[in-house]
Amino acid sequence: MNIALLLQMAAEACPDRCALTHDGRHYTFSELYNGAERAAHHFLAAEVKFVALMDVSSPAVPIALMGAAMAGVPYAPINYRLSEAQLKPLLDRISPAYLITGEEVPERQGWVVQSSEEFMNIVLAGENPDLTWHDDPSAVAVQLFTSGTTGEPKAALLRHEHLVSYILGSVEFMGAGEDEAALVSVPPYHIAGISAVMSNIYACRHIVQLPNFDPEIWLALCAEESVTSAFVVPTMLSRIIESLQQSAMESEALASLRSIAYGGGKMPVPVIENALALLPGVNFTNAYGLTETSSTITLLDPDDHRAALEQSDGPISARLGSVGRPLPAVEIEIRDEGGAVMPPLQSGEIYVRGPQVSGEYEGRSVLDDAGWFPTRDAGYVDEEGYLFLSGRADDVIVRGGENISPGEIEDLLHQHGAVSDVAAVGVPSEEWGETIALAVVTKAGQIITEDGLRELIRQHLRSSRVPEMIHFVSELPYNETGKLLRREVRQWFATEAI
Amino acid sequence: MMKPGTRLKSAVCDAEIMIIKIAESDDLTCGGHLMAEAPEKTEGDADSMHGCLIGKRYVNAEETIEVLCVKSGDGSLYYEGQELMTKDTKKLPSSD
Repeated sequence: MNIALLLQMAAEACPDRCALTHDGRHYTFSELYNGAERAAHHFLAAEVKFVALMDVSSPAVPIALMGAAMAGVPYAPINYRLSEAQLKPLLDRISPAYLITGEEVPERQGWVVQSSEEFMNIVLAGENPDLTWHDDPSAVAVQLFTSGTTGEPKAALLRHEHLVSYILGSVEFMGAGEDEAALVSVPPYHIAGISAVMSNIYACRHIVQLPNFDPEIWLALCAEESVTSAFVVPTMLSRIIESLQQSAMESEALASLRSIAYGGGKMPVPVIENALALLPGVNFTNAYGLTETSSTITLLDPDDHRAALEQSDGPISARLGSVGRPLPAVEIEIRDEGGAVMPPLQSGEIYVRGPQVSGEYEGRSVLDDAGWFPTRDAGYVDEEGYLFLSGRADDVIVRGGENISPGEIEDLLHQHGAVSDVAAVGVPSEEWGETIALAVVTKAGQIITEDGLRELIRQHLRSSRVPEMIHFVSELPYNETGKLLRREVRQWFATEAI
Repeated sequence: MMKPGTRLKSAVCDAEIMIIKIAESDDLTCGGHLMAEAPEKTEGDADSMHGCLIGKRYVNAEETIEVLCVKSGDGSLYYEGQELMTKDTKKLPSSD
């Protein structure tokens, strides 16, 4: 069992069908497959521990993913937006690696570093190597760095059996017609970027890559490439809708678009209501999943969306705010803090079990004895088994699909000489799902400005870590055991949330 | 016993399968002959040649075995003498 089987079958059944379009250039399934075989040969020759890709989406993504699988080397995509200080410890953890990147990285012993273009040049031409696949279902296929609650990135391990189970359980082989095209705009270091490659390849669906999301270009590509389906995070959908409302674009330009799946963060109900009204011919699917579960575990399907819209009140209407019901092979349980399973409508932590669930980090599984994975997400199910999310069980801020640890921002500001105490929390935002708010206690006699704090965060972290709102307060709320009461901090900002 | 992930080829045609659900017995045939990792090619039994199709999942009546056809062939699949049939899977909307 090997994820490369998905591409092998697609290349066997429809070798000459268009598999991928990037920057106007087309690649067939057989070109991707042959490219992956040559890539595997190069990966093996390099004698590395990991194949890493730190770049925007390009044809190098499916070829490196599948080539690494054939070679039996774990594939580790890395966020290309990380600062040098954040990147170094991650590279240390995958050394030595075959790194495909457009970035300048310091030379390391035993490493091969190539740009995506150089990599494509050597895998698109030449003889096909005589290759015996590494075929161990329990081998690690993908290692994804996720931002953990403590701020130190955790390396989630996804084995071939997890990923193959997910695809076989959710995608019909060659289920796509020859006219179908999927627009993929999620970054390759996100689990949604990995699953988009695998799902569309197994469905034999043409992938159209959009490396840097922009709503105008997204809409233009939809029209140009006759795109029929797309996956977006909530922030992307809200910007697409905004752009569609502002532009003079005729709705016929989107005539080919049949379905949009969304996930990666909480979708504000007004945004999805707007989208449904503006694009009545499009089937919407809400997908909820985590890196550790090989992507999607629950789905709110197009019929659920329509049924919810037809009702103005009651449990069916409320489902527009739900993430739907589990996939056939997936089980969901809601448990309280003591571990007791909760009945419908009662909140607790979401636990999940199934063949696609890995729940494993470098050397450590967090599955319980019966195979259940604690998601650290809080929520409840309704009487019919529809799952509702009520936030993170821990306090990670999910801004535009990106997980941000409050600790990361707080740690930085705690180093600031004039800051006595600080709390970063997520507050609801229509545009981003959640946005960052900062409560700061200034040391006596010191002066800090909002702009100064924002500039500091921008310099040391990333622009996505810059808070939208900053309050200066006299003290932060703690409970008797010294635990910061984040909920109370969040309430301070709730009234001015946008 | 055949573990999930095991890939086997037909002795009589191009067909290849992968075991999905663990099979207690090794008695898996295609076109009347045992499937294997590298089988010696032979003629198929004429009455066992109804074909198998890439991407389809095949099960027996009790669903104690499940295989995925990863390459189409002219032979048909049997487990312990019983012809396997295609499994109906629920079609889900694309979520990626």
